[in-house]
Amino acid sequence: MDASVLEDLLRDAFPTADIMVDGADGVHMAAQIIAEEFKGKNRVAQQRMVYAALKGKMDGPNGELHALALTTKVKE
Amino acid sequence: MTDANAQIKETVTSNDVVLFMKGTSEMPQCGFSSRVAGVLNYMGIDFKDVNVLADEAIRQGVKDFSDWPTVPQLYVKGEFIGGCDIITEMTLSGELDTMLEENGVAFDKEAAEKIRASNA
Repeated sequence: MDASVLEDLLRDAFPTADIMVDGADGVHMAAQIIAEEFKGKNRVAQQRMVYAALKGKMDGPNGELHALALTTKVKE
Repeated sequence: MTDANAQIKETVTSNDVVLFMKGTSEMPQCGFSSRVAGVLNYMGIDFKDVNVLADEAIRQGVKDFSDWPTVPQLYVKGEFIGGCDIITEMTLSGELDTMLEENGVAFDKEAAEKIRASNA
């Protein structure tokens, strides 16, 4: 998956967030998302929201992304 | 409830600390699993390792059970704590220590401090 595709998916889900995506090989990627939507949610809930935004692209052997290192923070 | 689901539930309720991982505690087969198992081992935490590569039903089952798409997955006292990124953050912030203390799980506090000191 191209880093820009990942960024677009995240941008759609978190329109006002600060988003940084990194990952040259398209399989092992890293994303940092600082979003207002995370307020009041624990880390597990925050990352579940991110995975939901990726609409199954992490899933199973056919998932396009093998590994996504995630950092989520609340935007103040 | 599927067999895998029942088996996972039984595993996380009958063991205080469970790590679903790729490979085993001694022989991890993925860098992310290796990192979390390494932290738990270094901190002297007694945990049950479940190798998801050994059982396809568990491999998919644990993702459904936790509503979490990736492995490793750490459970403490039946509660899903998180994956590799969350455990790493919690280790470095000291939240992991607090969570373990609250759950009465024994660990080497000095080792935890050493991890933090070397990653400061």
